[in-house]
Amino acid sequence: MDSPVGMERIHPLQNRRGASAHVGLTPAPPAIRIALRAGGDALSALSMAIGLDLPRAPKTAVVNGDGDRSVLWLGPDEWLLIDDGENGEAADLLARLAETGVLHSAVDVSHRNTAIMVTGEAAASVLAAGCPQDLSLKAFPVNACSRTVLGKIEVVIWRMADDMFRVECWRSFSDYAFAFLSEAAKDVR
Amino acid sequence: MLLIHCPYCAEERPEIEFRHAGEAHIARPDAMADLSEEAFQGYFFIRDNRKGEVFERWRHIHGCGRFFNAVRNTITDKFLATYEAGKPKPDLDALKAQKGTSA
Amino acid sequence: MSAPHRMTSGANRVAGAGRLTPARTARFTFDGKQLTALEGDTLASALLANGIHLMGRSFKYHRPRGVLSAGAEEPNALMGVSRDAARYQPNVRASVQEVFDGMRANSQNRWPSLAFDVGAVNDALSPFLAAGFYYKTFMWPRAAWERLYEPNIRAAAGLGVAPTEPDPDRYASRYAHCDVLVVGGGVAGLSAALAAAESGVSVILCDEQAEMGGALHHEVGISINGEDGFEWAQKTARRLAFMDNVEVLTRTTAFGYYAQNFVGLTERVTDHLASPRSDQPRERLWQVRARRVILATGAIERHMVFPDNDRPGIMLASAARTFLNHYGVAVGSKVGVYAACDSAYEAAFDLKRAGIEIPVIVDTRDGPGEGLLSAAADLGIEVLTRHGVIATGGRLRVSSIRVRPIGSSDGGRKIAVDALIMSAGWTPAIHLFSQSRGKVTWDAENSRFLPGAYAQDCLSIGACNGTAGLQEIVEEALASGELMARATGAEDVPKLSVAVESRAEGRSQWTSGMAGAGEGAGADSAAKAFVDFQNDVTAKDIRLAVREGMHSIEHVKRFTTNGMATDQGKTSNMHGLAIAAETLGKSIPEVGLTTFRAPYTPVTFGAIVGHSRGALFDPVRKTALHECWETNGAIFEDVGQWKRAWYFPRVGEDMHQAVARECRTVRETAGLFDASTLGKIEVVGPDAAKFLDLMYTNAWSSLAPGRSKYGVMLREDGYIYDDGVVGRLAEDRFHVTTTTGGAPRVLHHMEDYLQTEFPDLDVWLTSITEQWAVIAVQGPKAREIIAPFVEGIDMSDEAMPHMSVREGVICGVPTRLFRMSFTGERGFEVNVPADYARSVFEALWERAEAMGACLYGTETMHVLRAEKGYIIVGQDTDGTVTPHDAGLSWAISKKKPDFVGIAGLRRSDLVRTDRKQLVGLTTKDPRIVLDEGAQIVADPNEKIPMTMLGHVTSSYWSDNCGRSIALAVVAGGRERIGQTLYVPMPDRTIEVEVTSTVFFDKEGGRLNG
Ligand SMILES: [Zn+2]
Repeated sequence: MDSPVGMERIHPLQNRRGASAHVGLTPAPPAIRIALRAGGDALSALSMAIGLDLPRAPKTAVVNGDGDRSVLWLGPDEWLLIDDGENGEAADLLARLAETGVLHSAVDVSHRNTAIMVTGEAAASVLAAGCPQDLSLKAFPVNACSRTVLGKIEVVIWRMADDMFRVECWRSFSDYAFAFLSEAAKDVR
Repeated sequence: MLLIHCPYCAEERPEIEFRHAGEAHIARPDAMADLSEEAFQGYFFIRDNRKGEVFERWRHIHGCGRFFNAVRNTITDKFLATYEAGKPKPDLDALKAQKGTSA
Repeated sequence: MSAPHRMTSGANRVAGAGRLTPARTARFTFDGKQLTALEGDTLASALLANGIHLMGRSFKYHRPRGVLSAGAEEPNALMGVSRDAARYQPNVRASVQEVFDGMRANSQNRWPSLAFDVGAVNDALSPFLAAGFYYKTFMWPRAAWERLYEPNIRAAAGLGVAPTEPDPDRYASRYAHCDVLVVGGGVAGLSAALAAAESGVSVILCDEQAEMGGALHHEVGISINGEDGFEWAQKTARRLAFMDNVEVLTRTTAFGYYAQNFVGLTERVTDHLASPRSDQPRERLWQVRARRVILATGAIERHMVFPDNDRPGIMLASAARTFLNHYGVAVGSKVGVYAACDSAYEAAFDLKRAGIEIPVIVDTRDGPGEGLLSAAADLGIEVLTRHGVIATGGRLRVSSIRVRPIGSSDGGRKIAVDALIMSAGWTPAIHLFSQSRGKVTWDAENSRFLPGAYAQDCLSIGACNGTAGLQEIVEEALASGELMARATGAEDVPKLSVAVESRAEGRSQWTSGMAGAGEGAGADSAAKAFVDFQNDVTAKDIRLAVREGMHSIEHVKRFTTNGMATDQGKTSNMHGLAIAAETLGKSIPEVGLTTFRAPYTPVTFGAIVGHSRGALFDPVRKTALHECWETNGAIFEDVGQWKRAWYFPRVGEDMHQAVARECRTVRETAGLFDASTLGKIEVVGPDAAKFLDLMYTNAWSSLAPGRSKYGVMLREDGYIYDDGVVGRLAEDRFHVTTTTGGAPRVLHHMEDYLQTEFPDLDVWLTSITEQWAVIAVQGPKAREIIAPFVEGIDMSDEAMPHMSVREGVICGVPTRLFRMSFTGERGFEVNVPADYARSVFEALWERAEAMGACLYGTETMHVLRAEKGYIIVGQDTDGTVTPHDAGLSWAISKKKPDFVGIAGLRRSDLVRTDRKQLVGLTTKDPRIVLDEGAQIVADPNEKIPMTMLGHVTSSYWSDNCGRSIALAVVAGGRERIGQTLYVPMPDRTIEVEVTSTVFFDKEGGRLNG
């Protein structure tokens, strides 16, 4: 795949901002995302290719030293790779994964998803308006991540810090996600 | 809302992350093309729909995405066990005995 | 404390009594009358303070009613409460609703006024309105039910009226997780919560009242840790609220106890506020998952069942005590007492000490607990033991009672009163325990049901567990809190102690009491002795039900409607049960208890709906190109959750004209269309082709990379499940498309087979529906439009024939370019990463528009594909259509040993030749456009019911054909081509000819045109 040139990505949540005294809602910048599927045999080769150890423990994300690339465990053979895109294109990563020669599936989903950063002391409470999982630090510590439900849509929630979550959803659901979180943000104390 | 233990996520998760997927341990016949109409009926349409402990399939569709099997009592709604797809049917009496003593 | 405040907040305020602040007043109206309350008053206490006992009319007989209770169990005092025109709530319990400044309250179920109500004629007609009258009286004639009986019954019997304006309030929801949930904030609940919280585990404590304290609202003379009980409760609640691991929720009702300690709470956030902030939700629904639950829900006092026990001014003793001790309101100046339980004595003593005359305590028993008689004597109160109240007088408020010794038959002695307070004993509030599927046990000694075997990880403590005595309750509560804390992992559990002292302790026997009808309301009596006030069920009705053959309590309940009103029989169930048991000659446990169900008290629809209103009712999905269509004047239609561009009217065009123009332009020049909503799945792995061979009827292994094919997916039973074009990008990589509506279920279906039937295949599925935006460019000039923007792809017919796919670059961004057509014209579908879609569209459209192309929407897409006979799954198929029926036999591979549906497809019924088959229909009059769904017959003169051969599935005006066209499924349809059939409509019968499904360009030459 050739590299995209000359065209800016238009974010599905362009110009959207939301905040209250206790929580901030911000569309995350565009990112490279790869849906990675593989069996146990392939993990070390794939980890080498992306420079990150694919987590084997459920509900876990790992982040590289520079903080610009992370991999989220979504299922026993499924990961979501998120890269900030500063150091190359999705195609470069796909090519590097292909070069490993090990059995896997890597699919570019950079534009399928978008993300909302939920920050502040009330971040977990805002998510709890629609997410049925226990988001306490005990049950959902920093770098816990999970595909789950927010109101009426599916999302991937990743706790990046005590008071910071990244909420990934498919782009056409991002309007709903943003509106839902904004509405919920009005109700936190 | 039930809590369901996903054998792949290795924890209990809220029911709305899951989707029920019918009776478990009904293998698709190998020689589909040669299946008699009656055998097809038995395979595809006829279900036990028991009252009490049932073996059933669930999918953690809004979680890890995996199908798995469960033993649930349809009267009490209690799960006796959940286990990975492809694993053999657990022994019901042993499960009941085990639950009986631990509860 | 003095005259002025009495003047402002009601003549019946008692100086020095109660916990409200005299200076803080709130103005409200009742049936239009301006009244003044104190902050913290309930509607009931404020009305009583103003001397108003008449608060409503009963459901069936329209009898005047006052308030019975001071709590959630209230059956009588239901009102409409409004803040403004749009904020109106019917059936509000006056005993729960707090007054706020500016509140308007109205009585219900009366006309023209509360004091004079025409419907009260029902009371006189009551011999005809006995239990079960619905089922008997109005059976015949049947037609009268709809026209006459039901409307009239509904008008005469009923509660409040639903508001007509949309609800302007917001409602919030919250999932919460805790180690220990404590329901009920009385002495027991507070102590348990404290014990659990001090160990560090997470605790949620909720109580339905405005303040914690529970029975301490009425129970004075209790000191806890050396201070007044109610004060201790407030301090304890504050202490808990300050702890990080505790959430304290007042005005919050635990209404439902579901599986695995999932408990629903509704928190009433603003119903008590004069001017709520705009960001405050009216209510907040808490869905709590607790590892352990402690139920400290207390007990509910029962009324006495005696003739005319429903006059305004007759109420529970605990209610009178609450009104006095908490709200500082005297419920009367001359208050009679009717008791089968000692607690009524404490109420009498409190009232007497406040200066209220107590003419008599009537006790059905041989005598009360130790010391009470002498205490009564000390206060100068006459006590009549072994006596009953056999009648009451007064029209809109009780004015007298008639009492006589139990078992005597004389007319009794008349005593003047202006209120009567009563207690038949206390019913443990086991509702939530019962909802949790716990088994109740019968406590024969005290005639009550108590929690027995637990079904979930919970504990009942205090009065709801039958525990009597404050010291015992506190010890039980602390122990339960500690136990639950340990059970949820606390290691360091401090030992707490709470010292209690009660003035009444050791004197009153709280567990005594009676259930069932009292003196004067026995089996031989025709009196109206109410068991269930809210549904107007009398002791006589219950006996009648038993006589009519209802021997199970569940049948008695439904026949009489006892306990079926919105109060769910909190005060009436035990009485009803006792009367039924007595009539049946059985014991109470033999007759059994009805099941308690959620909700404990009514829950608003708003609380259940929560955030899911307006824009959040259902997600609205827009494609990445949505704004492009908006800019260009599209009218949108809803397709599932998607907004899709429907058509693009130009100035002066209606839909018909716009669609006709779009249809012509695509075939003459070209058109651009948004195909982004179609589902897309990337199928990757060495076994990808093998897997698709199993999932589709077609053969994929033989498809060369770079080529694509139309695929048909079946369910195992042989019916069409979905369809779509599948392109092979590489040996091990396919780009599968699905229908718009089918996208999620097709992926689920494929995952199901992959994970559970074919787990050995090395292949993975990834949804890419939203990764790629799709601009379809269709029409003779399609290639010319896009060619200048495309890099790295040879688009000549030789290099890229119809049904090919290439990866390359368009407008500088990656593309998956499909050469395909759903119009019958030369066509391309340009897939680009969604964030680039708008830029790519703008480039393409600038050129296309200049070349005379148009934008087209889903309507034109439908017409164009129908002209070519291309089916739409879900419109031309309905889940009972096989590929053979649909004319798609060519898409079924004959060589494959297996695919999903191969066996189903061979079933004898599915290979019949007379099955409904997809055909074309042309009307004899080309101007007539058939109705989709219209039925088709062979003989228009056949008598009804006619033999229906099938129905119209798609029907349009086709400008390109110059006539109407239709697709239909018709029995043995392909054999009927050329025949004339008929479509009977209400106003005419339309003659049609059966044709092939292809109406335009039958040879298909335009695909390369
Ligand atoms: Zn899972």
